[in-house]
Amino acid sequence: MGNSLTQSSLTKKYVMAFAGLFLITFLFVHMSINMLVLLPATDTFNIAAHFMGTNILIKVFEVVLFGGFLIHIIYGLILQIQNWMARPNRYKIEGWSHTSPFSKFMIHTAVIIFIFLVIHLGDFYIKAKFLGQVEDVMIGGEAYHNLGALVIAKFQMGIYVIGYIVAILILAFHLHHGFQSGFQSLGLNHTKYTPLIKSLSTLVSIVLAIGYITIPLVIYFGNY
Amino acid sequence: MNLTLKIWRQPGPDEKGKFVNYPISDVSPESSFLEMMDVLNEQLIAKGEEPVAFDHDCREGICGMCSMYINGRPHGPDDAITTCQLHMRKFKDGDTITIEPWRAKPFPVIKDLIVDRSSFDEIIQAGGFISVDTGGIPDANAIPIPKLNADLAMDAASCIGCGACVAACKNASAMLFVSAKVSQFALLPQGKIEAKRRVQKMVAKMDELGFGNCTNTYACEAECPKEIKVTNIARMNREFFAAKVRAEK
Repeated sequence: MGNSLTQSSLTKKYVMAFAGLFLITFLFVHMSINMLVLLPATDTFNIAAHFMGTNILIKVFEVVLFGGFLIHIIYGLILQIQNWMARPNRYKIEGWSHTSPFSKFMIHTAVIIFIFLVIHLGDFYIKAKFLGQVEDVMIGGEAYHNLGALVIAKFQMGIYVIGYIVAILILAFHLHHGFQSGFQSLGLNHTKYTPLIKSLSTLVSIVLAIGYITIPLVIYFGNY
Repeated sequence: MNLTLKIWRQPGPDEKGKFVNYPISDVSPESSFLEMMDVLNEQLIAKGEEPVAFDHDCREGICGMCSMYINGRPHGPDDAITTCQLHMRKFKDGDTITIEPWRAKPFPVIKDLIVDRSSFDEIIQAGGFISVDTGGIPDANAIPIPKLNADLAMDAASCIGCGACVAACKNASAMLFVSAKVSQFALLPQGKIEAKRRVQKMVAKMDELGFGNCTNTYACEAECPKEIKVTNIARMNREFFAAKVRAEK
């Protein structure tokens, strides 16, 4: 990969774009599995979570996924610091130019998403994987981590529901710019397809936002 | 029109600058922004004060010398024009107008509103040229060029190198300028010979000079007096990627 500090600005942007677009595919997989928690019994969700935690292929992919996160975060920070350094003296009045919405707040939304990610990993991933703090449930004579019960317990607390929804909305804002911006960074611009990619960017952020937000709302207001 | 001008004054490159307020009265709404600045300077000279230093040359929007950052926008509150093409009718009586120099590390302030934009020249020197054989004049139609490419190259070549893209960008990125210069050659057969080396050299120089990175915010396109499109940036991203992938070492 070479030294990320001496790489050209364009190479760093390619890496950002590839990592970002890869992470979006993960968000869809994660959302699909999360949806299973809404089924009448949490067994399916627990079995799916167990599969994701133990399957050897998924485990390999988990390393790739963490790598993707790490690269996206580190490169994002390097690029942002360089951007701040490029204008040591700021304007008295700035930001009156017309710009693509949300694009000016990528680092701000990123910081909030990162904080959410740390809390989120602490609540579920680390508890189940390393601390063994998740109770077991017997399904078909086998013991599974009862992550479904944990999710439902969390989303019966109003503060969790609100925090989660805010975090997901901010993630959606990040993706609204990020998805289509990734294509531009990779040079994939075309008079016919770029408008389509921009619409797809809006669609991706809306679908992910609705998908993720539905879960806490259904649990909070439903009978679980 | 009666106005208050809040102007950045800085005696020299290494000296501290500050904003100074100048009230100005009886400004004609028909005058251009630079004519208004001329009137101010005449008044300052009459009072024995130092006139405000600002860049200007052709005053008809083609040279790329004027460079003021007016009320938060390069070249002021209008689209697709340079400061010299801005007219005072765009402002209201009683307005306070804040005038700042371009702000970017590779554009250091020389004096007041004048910045050193020779970093753009350095980028051009790094690769913004083509090699041609000397000798007899070739036939103009010897090399067929698709009309679309000729048009796109001409659009890219209309960049006057004023630096508004850098000034507008929240990252002080020069991507629109560099991509316009890369594109105008990359689109034409004459520019293809050095295309791979050119894009790498110009990007490397841009990075070395300390311009920021592109975050696809597109403030550059919104403020460009020549309406250079960000599709040029995508073209440069493609050119650079292809050049890097195919490079022997």
